[in-house]
Amino acid sequence: MNSTIQPAISVRGLTKSYGALQVLKGIDLDLPAGEVLAIIGPSGSGKSTLIRCLNMMEVLTTGDLRFQGQRVSTKFKDKGDAIGTATLRRKVGMCFQHFNLFPHLTVLENVTKGPTVVLKEDRKAADNYARELLGKVGLSDKAESYPSQLSGGQKQRVAIARSLAMKPDVMLFDEVTSALDPELVGEVLEVVRELARGGMTMVLVTHEMAFAAEVADRVVFIDQGVIAEEGPPEKVMKDPSSDRLKQFLSRFNA
Amino acid sequence: MYNWDFYTVLQSLDLFLLGMKMTALYTVGSILLGITFGLMAAFARLSQWWALRLIARTYQEIFRCTPLLVQILWAFYALPLIIGVNIPNYIAGLLMLSLYVGSFYGEIFRGGINAIDKGQREAAMAVGMSGAQAMYHIIMPQAIKKMLPAFINQSVIQVKNTSLLYAISIAELTYMTYVVNGETYRPLEAYTLTAVLYFAMLFPLTQFADHFERRMRRSD
Repeated sequence: MNSTIQPAISVRGLTKSYGALQVLKGIDLDLPAGEVLAIIGPSGSGKSTLIRCLNMMEVLTTGDLRFQGQRVSTKFKDKGDAIGTATLRRKVGMCFQHFNLFPHLTVLENVTKGPTVVLKEDRKAADNYARELLGKVGLSDKAESYPSQLSGGQKQRVAIARSLAMKPDVMLFDEVTSALDPELVGEVLEVVRELARGGMTMVLVTHEMAFAAEVADRVVFIDQGVIAEEGPPEKVMKDPSSDRLKQFLSRFNA
Repeated sequence: MYNWDFYTVLQSLDLFLLGMKMTALYTVGSILLGITFGLMAAFARLSQWWALRLIARTYQEIFRCTPLLVQILWAFYALPLIIGVNIPNYIAGLLMLSLYVGSFYGEIFRGGINAIDKGQREAAMAVGMSGAQAMYHIIMPQAIKKMLPAFINQSVIQVKNTSLLYAISIAELTYMTYVVNGETYRPLEAYTLTAVLYFAMLFPLTQFADHFERRMRRSD
């Protein structure tokens, strides 16, 4: 199979339950290579669960996840024609709401840990690439600092560099600005915007509606565990068809 | 007024020193073995298999809820009756000391690992680490820092617990004191000297632990 014509990620019939509670109730979604997809929706709609299923951080209850056309299994290692979570997560980076930087490591070590441990990269090469990435997110001077010495916005930019160090094909951003003070949101969005310009395939779960409208090629509105509406941002954000989406968006247009 | 006479007791200083050496050996040996048992218990308790969790839990509760002296006496006097083989006192003593401290270490290790935010594991997995890699590179280094004060505390207690080995005639410091007392009839001097020797071994250790804890808090 030729991976260039396959979607980067596709899911079919995805459901996710926690005990009796069904959070996702049948999601079909294709993410073409190069697309920036924004997932919006009310709290508890299942949007975070959905993005966490895309790198198997959450195991699907039912349904099928494919990466560049290859089926993804829940096992760590590749087996047969299915790739494992190890391969998937090397190719699909993820950034979290609460950064989850490794507090016992310096900024530089945070970025090089994945490449040296997982990709068995040479220490020196990993260091060089990490410094290059830290330059890109504007933190060259913080390489030797510890996470506790950084602001929230700086932490999130380190977390993005940490993911990029794995040279991923896809990046997942799970509410990466939700834990930040308002004045620090901009510096993180700038980094994401720069990635989008560079052609990175991305999924963003976000509450930043203006930003989603600006960078996303497509917006998906999740409500009560299903895709309630989707389309280009100008359609979904400016001319919503369902009442629930109108109601949801009205809260952001104060 | 009592007439202090340390001279008589100090004639047997070599016995005290030998006792200290044995105390140190049993301490180090049982702590090393105890760490092994403790790690096994902690990871079994954190395992997804209920049978492993149950076995580890049972082990820990038995050893935490019975006195160490009873365990030592049981292993030396009672266990041979069941298995039909005599157990040398040094094996019974070392084994019980190790299992005892291991049951407490297990809780300390488990608590330290559980105290690490689950986002740490997720972030490690998100760059493709396996569960074992995440544990080794990300979780353990942080957990060890958290568990160290409790670990040192338990180890200080362990030094003193070796004194219970006197009950099965292992020649550690307390037993040696008993021997010296038998020869000199100077219990006041003999047991005072022993107390001083234990203190001299442990006080630097607790000071180090305090110092270490202060230093750790500063880097947080």
